[in-house]
Amino acid sequence: MNNQYDMLSSESLRRIDREVAKYPADQKQSAVMAALVIAQDEKGWLAKETIAAVASYLGMAPIAAYEVASFYNMYDLNPVGKYKLTVCTNLPCALSGGVHAADYVKQKLGIDFNETTADGKFTLKEGECMGACGDAPVMLVNNKRMCSFMLPEQIDKLLAECK
Amino acid sequence: MALIDTINPLLTTGWAKGDAGWSLKDYEARGGYAQLKRILSSKMSQDDLIAEVKKSVLRGRGGAGFPTGLKWSFMPKAAPEKYVVCNTDEGEPGTFKDRDLLRFDPHSTIEGMIIAGYAVGAKRGYNYIHGEIFEIYQRFEEALDQARAAGYLGNNILGSDFSFDLFAHHGWGAYICGEETGLLESIEGKKGQPRFKPPFPANFGLYGKPTTINNTETFAAIPFILGMGGEAYLNLGKPNNGGTKLFSVSGHVNRPGNYEVPMGTPFAKLLEMAGGMRGGRKLKAVIPGGSSAPVLPADVVMECTMDYDSIAKAGSMLGSGAVIVMDETVCMVKALERLSYFYFEESCGQCTPCREGSGWLYRVVHRIEHGEGRPEDLDLLNRVTDNMMGKTICALADAAAFPVRSFIKHFKSEFEYHIEHKKCLVDPDVQRAGSGFFSASATAGTV
Repeated sequence: MNNQYDMLSSESLRRIDREVAKYPADQKQSAVMAALVIAQDEKGWLAKETIAAVASYLGMAPIAAYEVASFYNMYDLNPVGKYKLTVCTNLPCALSGGVHAADYVKQKLGIDFNETTADGKFTLKEGECMGACGDAPVMLVNNKRMCSFMLPEQIDKLLAECK
Repeated sequence: MALIDTINPLLTTGWAKGDAGWSLKDYEARGGYAQLKRILSSKMSQDDLIAEVKKSVLRGRGGAGFPTGLKWSFMPKAAPEKYVVCNTDEGEPGTFKDRDLLRFDPHSTIEGMIIAGYAVGAKRGYNYIHGEIFEIYQRFEEALDQARAAGYLGNNILGSDFSFDLFAHHGWGAYICGEETGLLESIEGKKGQPRFKPPFPANFGLYGKPTTINNTETFAAIPFILGMGGEAYLNLGKPNNGGTKLFSVSGHVNRPGNYEVPMGTPFAKLLEMAGGMRGGRKLKAVIPGGSSAPVLPADVVMECTMDYDSIAKAGSMLGSGAVIVMDETVCMVKALERLSYFYFEESCGQCTPCREGSGWLYRVVHRIEHGEGRPEDLDLLNRVTDNMMGKTICALADAAAFPVRSFIKHFKSEFEYHIEHKKCLVDPDVQRAGSGFFSASATAGTV
């Protein structure tokens, strides 16, 4: 029999199980945020079918999972480039060059916020406070890697690293 | 960023070795888990434990400053299922202390949460960690594994009849989840929309069960308070403002970073510890407690001491201890525009005054900044804030309103100049140079 969550790899399902175990047995839905992250890690972004698969695995309504996926900023509901760069431009970061760092990346890649380079390599996003204002300018790579003190030289280095 | 400077370090004693001093054996070597052992072996009563915390006058470090011991005492004793929750959803612009606490010394927060669990009779806890700091979340998970393996977490901790387990829940980018009931909704796997209060979490919290929620720094302080005694901790600070506090200093200083100082330390001293003003430029304004706190002009803040009461008297809030320093290169209209955009972007949308008001504020400030302001706009902004403050389920509407009102109050002439002359009082080239981005590297390309 085909389950709706067959589209997720067994490795992903194993990782989701580990998250489910953190919560009381009757509160599986608590793992939905982590499960969506795991699904996004595997698929690159969250298509409606992927969200439905997560919902089905956790025994919740697809709309409830979609509400979560559309509420939190770091879920990608559309395809993104291989490297999603998110630059914080909030005030504390801006005082130390956050906006200028974003301008610099835009010019280097030839794209604006919420755009992807033609080769599909980079997507640029404007971020809100990442809780690292002392390290400004700050950027996130693919949601999980934080890069601190991103002055021109460091940005050049990062872009060159992203193959 | 590692810690640079302290006065009477307490919370940051473990930060000396940077990333090399966070693990369990390092924490134990500096006296870690000794308080948990003492409480369990002496079978200390819950009332005595809470009384000791009350004596310290530890006030919640997340922003509201509510007395921690009092909060713990609100938990109903008889309830069979209770929770302890830690708020590490640190997304208030300017705040970055909890990230470093979990990075350099995660076990002090873990020990503080276990002790809190003992005090309020909870068997399970969650630490909600800000989405953008995945590496810190991973470290905390590793620290939890260490604590579990050493018998500090789980059933019958250290052979006692007390059982407690603790898990990390990772956020994924929503400022509103820093609001405690929004955070609880988020742990339950829902949108992080705050709940109407009352009932408060002590009665109806996670999964509808009694729950104590404190900030990371609050939990991290607990082992130190019990180690030195509540009274000694209180005496480190000022009456009604116990202990030391972490201040995250950002913006136009030479050495942005976290500084631990006793409550009541003069702002001027904190500024000096952060290396003074960048490029020797003149201080213009400071937001003393995170972006939601009213801004204070230089002459006012220079007379303040860093504690709840002094900052409140000056007309602002100590908040989370996020000190955003702005020098004379800053255009206050532009600064406010960015903050207003933030609250617009992060409003969860469930209360009309906030959902509509935050966007309205942003659009009006935006048009003033872009030379399309109207003479009546400043009155309009104040009027919109009147219709937001105190009229919503949570404090985000107030947080959006405070910057608008205080920026206009203290820097009215700048706003008027923008409206009248359709340009900024501060020269654009001066503003551009202020960030230091372009002068930072001689070899880098130009934009």
